[in-house]
Amino acid sequence: MLKKFFTLFLLVVVAIFLTGENDLTAIEGGKDGKKSDKKVITACDGKTQVVLNDVSKNEVMPKEKAQEVASMLLATYQQQKKYQSTKFTRRDSLIWERELKAMIEEGYKWFHDPSLGTNGISCDMCHPDATDTHPETYPKFQIQLKKVALLRDMINWCIENPMEGKPLKEDDPRLKAMEAYIIWARANQDPRPQAKTLNPGKR
Amino acid sequence: MPKMPSERKEEQYLKEREEFFKMLPKLNRRQFLKVAMASAAVALAKNQFPPHSFQIVEAVEAKQGGGTEVKFRFAYISDTHLYERKLNERFVRAALKAVQDVNALDPQPDFVLFGGDLAQLGQPEELKLGKEILSELKPKLYMMVGEHDWYLDLGEKWIELFGQPYYSFDHKGVHFIVLNSVLVDDYWTESKMTPMERMKFMAQLDNPKGRPFTVGRGYGDVGKKQFEWLKQDLAKVSKDTPIVVFSHSPLYKYYKPWNFWTDDAEEVQALLRPFKNVTVIHGHTHQPVFNKIGNINFYGMLSTAWPWPYAPTGLPKLTIKMNRADPFDQFDGCGDGTVEVLANGKANKIYNLWSREPMKVTARYLESGGKEEVPPVPADPSF
Repeated sequence: MLKKFFTLFLLVVVAIFLTGENDLTAIEGGKDGKKSDKKVITACDGKTQVVLNDVSKNEVMPKEKAQEVASMLLATYQQQKKYQSTKFTRRDSLIWERELKAMIEEGYKWFHDPSLGTNGISCDMCHPDATDTHPETYPKFQIQLKKVALLRDMINWCIENPMEGKPLKEDDPRLKAMEAYIIWARANQDPRPQAKTLNPGKR
Repeated sequence: MPKMPSERKEEQYLKEREEFFKMLPKLNRRQFLKVAMASAAVALAKNQFPPHSFQIVEAVEAKQGGGTEVKFRFAYISDTHLYERKLNERFVRAALKAVQDVNALDPQPDFVLFGGDLAQLGQPEELKLGKEILSELKPKLYMMVGEHDWYLDLGEKWIELFGQPYYSFDHKGVHFIVLNSVLVDDYWTESKMTPMERMKFMAQLDNPKGRPFTVGRGYGDVGKKQFEWLKQDLAKVSKDTPIVVFSHSPLYKYYKPWNFWTDDAEEVQALLRPFKNVTVIHGHTHQPVFNKIGNINFYGMLSTAWPWPYAPTGLPKLTIKMNRADPFDQFDGCGDGTVEVLANGKANKIYNLWSREPMKVTARYLESGGKEEVPPVPADPSF
């Protein structure tokens, strides 16, 4: 990546010196300008341009000014590139869907797995389809814990208490996957409007 | 765990209401109207509960007598979901608490019904532990089977310990029927499941592949036989005889994804339709839930182990939802209860909620379409 930009940068600098062109109110976009005295510098993609109002067509820019123009051209190019890259492909969306599904399924698995506890109980026994987990109400002051809790704190509370297990570490992938499953399940399976709206602090 | 004041508005309300009821018989009519109006005004001003829950008192007073006196009581314990004791003490504690409750009832109930799901995974050790715990009960015990008891060995151990899974008996002029309502299609043979796989498939309430319960269908001819038996059993009973049916699953359709459901409910209801007074008491749903379809009043039982949330759709209209349970209190939303069978053949249900005031739901409430004898409505929504 860096190498690519560096090459582009060099090309631009070379272009400036070769054509001996100049200015600074940069305009992006590849309109074929009408012939004027203003210096127009085009990047090697053939589209990105900088129009220099204060430099005439045949003027040679000092090195400092040329550097400034080159940087501007590169920045304009990168910005356009960035914008274009949001046009993701079908393949991209398939990958994202698959990855999300895998995480939710992992969460579903642990949510139904008594091995997180020691007494046979699993999360789904009290929370079928993750019902009554209210992920949209966190963070909230959990009156029984006497502090503000996140959903993961309550998952751990359930593991420690009714399930009589050891709480998971905050960055445990199982905890993250269960959060993913709970949020997904509630957003998709709870028909009530309040489940669709973030409502932190709601008791 | 101490109860936080804001969480117990419901209890406070119930206590106030009880006091109010106690005071009523002492008033003459003029004083009564004054108090009734004042209480409605207070209720409205506080905006805590619908005013009608206080205003019904006049209806209650007017309806006293006329066969509404209690003829006898029986108690129920349901859905203990026991694991082996060495694995899980928690549910053992809860089951023992229910047994103590029943043994402490004064007067003692005529008998106790166990509502099914004695075990969690149908293990012989779980069922034996359940039998041991229930053997402490002083009154006579009638057993019903649940899907958690059944699907490891298709009822073999349960039948060995407790006898036939469907039967009937008569008590003080009332005909009682116990059903095995957890029969489903054979999902295990073709997929070559082991008994434990079959059990776990069934034990998962939110199993997307779960099969609906039936009384008269299911694998093999076990359902067909039961349905035939039920027809013949009912044929011997006069239409005036009050009937109380026990089923593990609700004998109506509430929420299919969690199997709060009996797929051939209408066919069973049709057999019960000619009778004047029919009450169905069911387990499985682990919550106060009540319903009326035609001539049949339905009451769901509480679990001793844990409360289920109310399903997102399909809740019977007459059900008054309990506030959501406090997860920090093992016993909140759980409990046991009693049923009062009245001289007129109707039955009232008392939910003995362990961490709350008891909740009484009367046949009158159901039969008035929810207009009379309204049980207390919690101040807070269920969520």
